Amino acid sequence: MRRRVTSGLAPQWVARVGAFLRLAGRCLGLCLCVTAQAAPWNLTLLEQATSPQLERSRLERAYLGHAGGSASDGVAVALDEAQFELEAAKLAVTIKTEPVATLDAARIAAQKAEKAGAPLLLVNLPAAWVSGVAAAVKLPVLNISASDDVLRERDCQANVYHLLPSERMRADALAQALMARKWTQVLLLAGPTPDDAQRSAVAQAAIKRYGLKLVAVKPFKLSTDPRERSLANLTLLTANMAYDVVWVVDSDGEFARGLPYNTAQARPVVGDAGLVALAWQAQFERFGAPQVSRRFAKAAKRPMTDHDWAAWMAGKAIAAAATSAPRGEPALVVKALLEANLDGSKGVAMQFRAWDRQLRQPVLLTDGQGVIATMPLEGVLHPRNALDTLGADEAEKLCKPKT
Amino acid sequence: MTVAKQIVLTCLTLAFAFPRVALAQSTALVSSEKDNAITIVNLKDFSVQGTIGTCKRPRHLQLSPDRKQLLVACSNDHAADVIDLATRKSVGRIPLGDNPETFDISPDGKTLYVSNEDEGELTFVDLASKKTVGEVKVGKEPEGVKVSADGKTVYVTSEVTSMVHVVDTASRKITKNISVGKRPRRLALTPDGSELWVTNELDASVSVISTKDLKVIATVKFAVKGARAADITPVGILMSRDGKRAFVALGRVNHVAYVDVAKREVTQLVLAGKRAWNLALNRDESQLFVVNGLSDDMTVIDVASAKALKSVAVGRVPYAVVLID
Repeated sequence: MRRRVTSGLAPQWVARVGAFLRLAGRCLGLCLCVTAQAAPWNLTLLEQATSPQLERSRLERAYLGHAGGSASDGVAVALDEAQFELEAAKLAVTIKTEPVATLDAARIAAQKAEKAGAPLLLVNLPAAWVSGVAAAVKLPVLNISASDDVLRERDCQANVYHLLPSERMRADALAQALMARKWTQVLLLAGPTPDDAQRSAVAQAAIKRYGLKLVAVKPFKLSTDPRERSLANLTLLTANMAYDVVWVVDSDGEFARGLPYNTAQARPVVGDAGLVALAWQAQFERFGAPQVSRRFAKAAKRPMTDHDWAAWMAGKAIAAAATSAPRGEPALVVKALLEANLDGSKGVAMQFRAWDRQLRQPVLLTDGQGVIATMPLEGVLHPRNALDTLGADEAEKLCKPKT
Repeated sequence: MTVAKQIVLTCLTLAFAFPRVALAQSTALVSSEKDNAITIVNLKDFSVQGTIGTCKRPRHLQLSPDRKQLLVACSNDHAADVIDLATRKSVGRIPLGDNPETFDISPDGKTLYVSNEDEGELTFVDLASKKTVGEVKVGKEPEGVKVSADGKTVYVTSEVTSMVHVVDTASRKITKNISVGKRPRRLALTPDGSELWVTNELDASVSVISTKDLKVIATVKFAVKGARAADITPVGILMSRDGKRAFVALGRVNHVAYVDVAKREVTQLVLAGKRAWNLALNRDESQLFVVNGLSDDMTVIDVASAKALKSVAVGRVPYAVVLID
């Protein structure tokens, strides 16, 4: 899939270079008198070929927090919106989506894009691949969908920018809401995969951070085998103890989908079903969000998920970088990304955090039908920015990129 | 019956027979996005006198040039509702294109210019025939619309592209795009037309544009003690008739700022309701009316003392206010 945003440039002006050249390159207004054209930004979006996330049956289930389709849709909407700015900067940006089947293929494609002069790279890949790709190039890598904390902490790399909230940001957002509601007694149900184990640890840390009490952590398994009923039966898993809320960690989604209204006690479910912390929800009503969701739905013929929002924000980050550094000088592109104030229709300008390049942002709590609350909670305090109560903060120094 | 008694009785009868005429002299009309209604507030005692049912999701309000009708932009009906102020009844609709948000009317009263949020268009509507006579593609989520006093130019903001588009009304073409702060919202012209002030919602600022040079010549930054810049989200803006003072509603920080236009300095901050949004001044400019989108009320501010006099509960998610006084 190729998408091209062209600048309306009159060819006779192209030759007019000289003293005005540098000035015009940065000119944001529509300068008809002074024109210079920067080379087009031909960018590559690496996407996992035959991604299990994008299988039809999985897309149809539309689990909250799962992808709704290709990341190219959101990027394209953002670049279409940026047309006026890109025209003013006399710049064309094209995005080529390249499916990659293995990490090696991803690395090779990334290096090819770098050699061809792309100023940055977009990836919609699993965490391990994001790491591998980022290590293979010097380019800024916009990580659209891998929310794993490991990319922001242990395996943190200086050239990776994260659009989707980290798992820790999501867990912090939920924990703040539980604290506010005084739903302090938490029963945690965790799935069997390594991903679940990591996210369960993240949830437990958030529970501790916000002074909630962990009543029990129980493993679960998807099964109808009567011999495994203590792991699989929803009533048994949630009976014989007192709790205010069930927090379910289920990266797969099928178990969590069946949990609300099936607990032994009349208690709400949060985590991967029930009340879910997400970057975006298509029914969000505030801050011009309906217009964004509508534009996306019109272009992509499906509702805008949190992953789509992250892809859209990646497109916005590209537009910000391209308009302030149209010639794509590596140092200027990095500077532009780090200084960008991005408007993601969540009511505040958002920036990449200097310490781990995670996009600072409000997190929405949703039941899938609408937005129940926006976090951080009003009244939660932070010395500099309340948004930094979500996720790893500067003082923790968890991101120490190898240089 | 004495003559005096008769006069009193006649007056009483008249007062009861024609209450609407009497009330229409001095009222505030407030649109409420979620009520599909306009709330009528008496300007004497700030009591709510009732509501006028209107179209779906009423937002921007503006009087017709003869001040006899109220035009209401209805985002979900894709039209303007026309309300006759004497009878307070809807007397017609004017199609405004997809999802209209705000509009302005040409000085000759013939043409209406409206921003269409979804399509990213500025639509020209002929008021006599109620027909769309032109469209200009602008940046996504256009919002504020302002016509110059000579009617030759329309300024429109685009929230997504953070630009003010300058549109020539004769050729219906964009003649200039001016980059301003993040998420520009509303516009105000100085009375001499030399400066265009633009509120930047996500930049805690106002950009001042020279209408002669069509470029930003100054930026007024807002600061509120104890609040962070991210919570200062200016939207509504209004200028005094003499052009010496601008009033800017600062959104989430719940204040209205008075700005000295010549010095470009904030002189006062007044506490209003939650998410202070759009503004109106009464005729002698002694009172400022502020609609608060997140507390469903309107704050009345005494301009001289810079103090709130009263907060009036209006409909759900109030958006704009127009005064008839």
